[in-house]
This record gives sequence, structure tokens and C-alpha cells, in this order.
Amino acid sequence: MKDFEYCAPKTLREAVALKAEKGEAARVLAGGTDLIVQLRGKRFAPDRVIDIKNIADVNELSYSPRKGLIIGAGVPCWRVYNDAEIAELYPGLIDSAAIIGGIQIQGRATFGGNLCNSSPSADTIPSLMTHSAVCNLIGPNGKRKVPVVDFCTGPGRNVLEPGEILVSLQIPGIKKNTGAHYQRFIPRNEMDIAVVGVSSQVVLANRGKEFKEARIALAAVGPTPIFAAAAGEALAGQAVSDEAIAAAAAAAQSLATPISDMRGPAEFRTHLVGVLVKRTLEGAIARARGKFVANAVQEAAG
Amino acid sequence: MSKIHVQTTINEEATEFLCEPRESLLEVLRETLGFTGTKEGCNDGNCGACSVTLDGVLIDSCLMLAVEAEGKSISTVEGLANPEGLHPIQQAFLEHAALQCGICTPGFLVASKALLDHNPEPSEHEIRHWLAGNLCRCTGYDKIVRAVLEAAQTVRASA
Ligand SMILES: Cc1cc2nc3c(=O)[nH]c(=O)nc-3n(C[C@H](O)[C@H](O)[C@H](O)COP(=O)(O)OP(=O)(O)OC[C@H]3O[C@@H](n4cnc5c(N)ncnc54)[C@H](O)[C@@H]3O)c2cc1C
Ligand code: FES
Ligand code: FES
Repeated sequence: MKDFEYCAPKTLREAVALKAEKGEAARVLAGGTDLIVQLRGKRFAPDRVIDIKNIADVNELSYSPRKGLIIGAGVPCWRVYNDAEIAELYPGLIDSAAIIGGIQIQGRATFGGNLCNSSPSADTIPSLMTHSAVCNLIGPNGKRKVPVVDFCTGPGRNVLEPGEILVSLQIPGIKKNTGAHYQRFIPRNEMDIAVVGVSSQVVLANRGKEFKEARIALAAVGPTPIFAAAAGEALAGQAVSDEAIAAAAAAAQSLATPISDMRGPAEFRTHLVGVLVKRTLEGAIARARGKFVANAVQEAAG
Repeated sequence: MSKIHVQTTINEEATEFLCEPRESLLEVLRETLGFTGTKEGCNDGNCGACSVTLDGVLIDSCLMLAVEAEGKSISTVEGLANPEGLHPIQQAFLEHAALQCGICTPGFLVASKALLDHNPEPSEHEIRHWLAGNLCRCTGYDKIVRAVLEAAQTVRASA
């Protein structure tokens, strides 16, 4: 690993000044579970590493019906899934948080780092997309908000300007009769990178018999995670039925642009999109109807 | 790059050290401070041999910079036993022959201790799930899981 200067600012102001001064030659350190591996592998060789975890704003984890859920960019996964209220309200986000690496990784890894690393296979990004999450960014020119659906621009690339930092993710409060679910396909039970991942969120009407809204997002089937807007929108107003779910799965498949690599050939990935859209829609519908659908931790607990 | 002075607590003792920003906590534990119980397997977060707890939270010390330890409290495998003897988890690993070469063992011990602190009565499935970030090339895991199940009983009985 190349030498670098380590800074641990206590305020966002200082952090932005430190980042803006060096631009691309400075990297933000959240949990470090991507960054430290990348520094060792020399994918990045920054002059400065800015540890944001001593800044109060990025450690915020809060929920209120009006503001919704705020997940600070320094909050590790374990804090999110161990918060009983948040786990109850946002089981679709917990599905993702509970499968990032193993317990050790979850002790450090953040949603913000997963997003800023901008891997096409990132497990939290599809869930953030279906939950309509918005990024709170700060830079030398002030603050701005960017919806997560517009954040990633390519593998490892995103809309962050060289001087900018992600402060937090803001997720709207949950409407009534809403459910969400994330699943990924991996050849093992834990500790692997998604071959395909899918998140679905639905809002039901007419006593759970009709789709009022639906949002579907896909991981590992394109250069960025994909928000499959058309696949979800076509469900609005339809009766909940196997046919409607199958049509949404087919629509999502047509939006996927997978490549073939060591994790699986493109045809297999397209097939998996169909399977996982169906399963996650079914899970989301069950949750919207108040039924229990286990996440990885709950599954282990039996 | 000049060295940074870090003040921290290791196994409940105030400790200070000098390190370069690029040194991992694992390197400093082993090479600067002599806590060689913590092992290096993969050095990239996959094997768990370097497991320690940071303010009670289980982490891989190879994926943390030593400078990040400022003001924190770290527990390593050296903190498990006390003058009266081995920790029940260590005793159970011995009795169940839950190790062969032993390189993974400190990581499993620290991870298992963190599990029992968080869940005193884990099921077999919960133990396997919790320990998924710890790899063992020798034992086939079964004896490890049995040892943790028994240790949990012992800890509960003595609580
Ligand atoms: C063994 C192992 C298993 C893993 N398993 C999974 C998995 O199952 N699924 C998965 O999706 N990922 C997985 N990962 C990858 C990684 O753990 C996640 O992407 C994690 O969420 C990254 O978060 P972090 O806080 O550690 O980010 P960091 O490593 O701190 O940062 C990641 C990147 O984002 C930038 N960054 C971080 N925070 C900010 C910010 N606030 N503003 C601007 N830029 C920022 C950093 O500079 C860096 O480039 C795994 C990694 C390891 C080592
Ligand atoms: S050495 Fe840290 S996880 Fe393998
Ligand atoms: S005992 Fe040899 S790796 Fe586990």
C-alpha cells in the first residue's frame, strides 16, 4: 500500500475542505471494506484518506414518519438491522444489509460506501432504488440532493464531483400497505457476490388485491444497478395475479443487459432476473399484506 | 510519511502506539504490539482469522487502519482467558478437538465469544450463519459448531 495522509475531521465543513483541496487524489473512508482492499490492490493510490466516522452528521440513524429514515454515510449495516423499529418498517432494506459479507463485514460496511463504490452487483443499491432513497451530498458549492436511481453512471463511477461527499441517505416514510423484498442468487449461502440481485417494492390497494404502485430494481445485469421503472409502472392498477407478476418479470428481463463472466453467462443471468422478480414481488406482496417473510438473519434463527 | 500517535484500549488495558497511516490494525497488533494471537489469513476480509472486537463489535482487523483505533476499545484472543484458566469457549474447542492446524482458531474464538455476548442461546443454524465469515481448511466446521454449542451451555450455566 502506498503512503497517504490520514485525516479524521470532526465537521462536514472540514471534510469538504480536505476533499476539495485534493479532489480525486483524496478518498473518503467509511467502513473501509472496499477501500482498504482497493488501496492494497493499488486500484486507488490516494495522497489523502479522509475518515468521516468522527463527524456527528454521518453517524445519524433516525426515523420519523415525516422525515422518513435517515442513514448517515458512516452507519454500519449492523446498526441498521439491530434497530428494531427500522427493521420492522423497512424489512426490504434489511434483506440487503443482512447479507453484505459476513458478520465481520457488517460490523464496518455502510450503505453509503456500498453506493459510492458503485459496483453493478452492490446489494443495497437496488433496495435503495425501490425505496426511493435520495442522497444528501455536500461539496464546496454547498448541498444538493440526488435520487439514488440517478447516482451510478458506470462500474465504479457515479455523479459525485471531485470535492463532494455523501452525508446521508434519506428514505421516505413507509406508506400503508407497502412491502418490499430483496433477494440475490449466489452459489453459496453467504459471503459471495450477487450473480443477480433484485429488489421489489409494492403498494397494494383494494384490500391487498390490487397493485397501486410497484418499483423494481436489478443488480449485476448491467454496467450499473438498473432501476427497471417500466416493469414496475406497468403493474399499477392491475389485479395481483400470477399473470401480472409474470408480465413484470418479462418486462424486467427486457431491461437487463447482462454480460457473461466467471459468475455466470448472460442467458443464465437473464433467466435469474425472471425468477427473482417473481420471488421478490411475491415476498413484497406478502409483506404488504402483513405477513412475515424472513431475512437472512431471521432465516438463521429459524 | 510521519508516524501517528494512537491511544487506545486493548484487552481492557490503556495502550498507545505509533503507526503509519497505511498500516492495518492487524499489522500493528502483530508486529508493533506483539499480539500475535490475531492471525493473518487472506488480508482481504474473507477468512476471519484476524477477527477482533472493536467497542464490542466483531470486525476483521485486516480491514481497519490502525489509526482508526484512536479512542476505541479492542479485544483480541489474548483477552479471552483469565488467570483462573481458559474461557469456556477455549475449553470447549480443546475438548471437542475443534482445531487441527489452528491458524483459524483465534478468529473463531473471538467470533464465537462475540456471538455468545450477543445471543447466549444460539441454534446450530445461527452459529453457522454467524461464523460464515470465518474459514477453516482443516476441521470441516462440525467440531467447531459442536464446541460453540457446548460453550454456550457452559456460559449460561455459570451466569
Ligand atoms: C469479504 C467481503 C465481502 C463482501 N460482500 C459483499 C456483499 O455481499 N455485497 C455487497 O454489495 N458488497 C460486499 N462487499 C463489498 C463492501 O463490503 C460493500 O460494498 C460495503 O457496503 C462498502 O461500504 P464501506 O463503508 O466499507 O465503504 P468504504 O470501503 O469505506 O468505501 C467504498 C468506496 O466509496 C467511497 N466512499 C465511501 N463513503 C463515501 C462518502 N460518504 N462520500 C464519498 N465517497 C465515499 C470510498 O472512497 C470508496 O471508494 C464485500 C467486501 C468484502 C471485503
Ligand atoms: S486476514 Fe483478515 S479476513 Fe482474512
Ligand atoms: S484448523 Fe486449520 S484452518 Fe482451521
